[in-house]
Amino acid sequence: MSDVVAPRRRGPSVAAWLLLPGAIWLALFFVVPFYSLVATSLFDPNGSVLSGYEVTWHFANFSDALRDHWRPLVRSLVYAGIATSFCLVLGYLLAYAIAFKAGRWKTLLLVMVIAPFFTSFLVRTLSWKLILADNGWVVDALQAVHVLGPEDRLLATPVAVIAGLTYNFLPFMVLPLYASLEKIDLRLIEAAQDLHANPFVAFFKVTWPLSLPGVAAGTMLTFIPAAGDYINAQLLGSPNERMIGNIIQNLFTTTGDYAAAGALSVILMALILVLIMTWVRKAGAEDLV
Amino acid sequence: MSQAADGSRDLTLTGVTKEYADFTAVKSLDLTVPQGEFFALLGPSGCGKTTTLRMVAGLDTPTTGSITLGDLDITYAKPYQRPVNTVFQNYALFPHLTIFENVAFGLRRKGVKNVAQPVEAMLELVELTSQARKKPTQLSGGQQQRVALARALINQPEVLLLDEPLGALDLKLRRAMQTELKRIQSEVGLTFVHVTHDQEEAMGMADTIAVMNAGVIEQMGSPVELYDNPRTAFVANFLGRSSLMAATVKEVTSEYVKANMHGTVVSIPIERAHVREGSAWVGIRPEKVLIAAAGTPIDAPGNHIEGGIVTDVNYVGVSTEYLVRMPWGQEIGAFAQNTGHQDILPVGSQVDLSWRPEFAFLLDSDEDPNAGKEEQA
Repeated sequence: MSDVVAPRRRGPSVAAWLLLPGAIWLALFFVVPFYSLVATSLFDPNGSVLSGYEVTWHFANFSDALRDHWRPLVRSLVYAGIATSFCLVLGYLLAYAIAFKAGRWKTLLLVMVIAPFFTSFLVRTLSWKLILADNGWVVDALQAVHVLGPEDRLLATPVAVIAGLTYNFLPFMVLPLYASLEKIDLRLIEAAQDLHANPFVAFFKVTWPLSLPGVAAGTMLTFIPAAGDYINAQLLGSPNERMIGNIIQNLFTTTGDYAAAGALSVILMALILVLIMTWVRKAGAEDLV
Repeated sequence: MSQAADGSRDLTLTGVTKEYADFTAVKSLDLTVPQGEFFALLGPSGCGKTTTLRMVAGLDTPTTGSITLGDLDITYAKPYQRPVNTVFQNYALFPHLTIFENVAFGLRRKGVKNVAQPVEAMLELVELTSQARKKPTQLSGGQQQRVALARALINQPEVLLLDEPLGALDLKLRRAMQTELKRIQSEVGLTFVHVTHDQEEAMGMADTIAVMNAGVIEQMGSPVELYDNPRTAFVANFLGRSSLMAATVKEVTSEYVKANMHGTVVSIPIERAHVREGSAWVGIRPEKVLIAAAGTPIDAPGNHIEGGIVTDVNYVGVSTEYLVRMPWGQEIGAFAQNTGHQDILPVGSQVDLSWRPEFAFLLDSDEDPNAGKEEQA
């Protein structure tokens, strides 16, 4: 082998250079802010804009924040969980139809899934405010069939907030589900039927397990932003539907209680991480973690 | 396995046609596969053999015609309801299940309670006991192929369908698996329907071969029958090689048809002559053609043609393959066994050719003499 000339190495490898921009980006916009957030959560709670802030390793910030704000925290996780479940059911049906039944309409349907992104998140949520308004056709129709009483409303209820979350995060569920369904070799489903599985059983024994990576990715991409969202609760809900995002936003921008806001953010992050890890393990798609 | 071997469970296709929007894949196919036989559907890609197989499996439904298994009409039966299992091309093993679970899949669907014992017995048959806990991607191609076989066989189907099961394997492994498949088939005694484009594979394994082309069966018979007495130019060219030479029928006796082939009269046994008058193609396999330097006696009392010139010599060890230009311009193949009795003739040699009449065959002049040449694998 001595006569084989190996390509000469000049300094760092190509891979290192290719990783560099991403690494710088992450360092600047993830590591630094993350450090700053954790530091904020450990500020002396008595600090103010005038007196300045100091990291005093005040761990009581966490217990104080939990004591004061556990309700919206739990509410956030519940709303996000419900919205994610709706997204999973709706998104799976949609992704399945696009992947297996759409034929030549596949591309068009995918574009339509992404189409809402062409307008801003805020505008889309505001238009839901119109759809669910007290004198809107949805409320009128539901009142007409006596699903809603004459005085009942949709706006400023948990229903509106969860509907908004479901709507806004549905594409994040559909796309990974589609990607993983589309990859499934149809011959596997034929093989299952050949091996005495009816279409129903073939779905649960072959299609569903093979789509689990998409399910895991989709639920993460839906649940994480939904749990931290505050726009839907602010525009479609009332103070009774306030989610943890609203609290954090309020603490940061209005009250100026940086320590509590930071502590809540860290708690939310930790909670989501634990929930997601447990779920993904359960879904058997460890490759994603 | 469970049925009496009285032919009562033959697979029969009657007038089966499969039409798609823009073409007809299978045209009015009639076919009977006797129970317990190793049957091969041989043909080039696009000939309709895979469509035929899928209709037997229930994955496609015939446009017209019927498929029966004994007296059971399975034409429209769902794939999961018919006693037929398939070894798929590229195997289609379930990637998320272990080898054990792949093999157990069919039994579990049928509600068999204790699967461990039959699965282990089946894994033993295909010699994969030690791989039971692995996933399909951890196995080699040959091992995956055996899992696919085990997964189908364990259901004890009345008919086992094999769709190019050896296509993804390298040559050496393919030969080994051919022997293996043949052994397993005789051991379990099931009807095997094997779809392939590889003529050697079909000839080596099958009891009966049906040669398919453009949606119809060209000819059906034992490998020897098909090779020795092809009825169409397609079979003559697709299965092995043949030289087809234009001739005119001169005389028909009770045993022979005599034809004038560019001035030489050659005889063809009557049972191998598929035309009785007018113009025709005289066919001969290259290994049946004897070759010798012009003027030397050839040990073959038969059809003798002089005036050939060697244009190509291909020495392949066991034999030497010659291409000889005949006086009428056509090039004919002649394979000489390298027995050591004859020197290799160089390009440009003047040679005589000869063959025993019983080896020749006579085809209708309507046949395209090049049919099946390009499709040959």
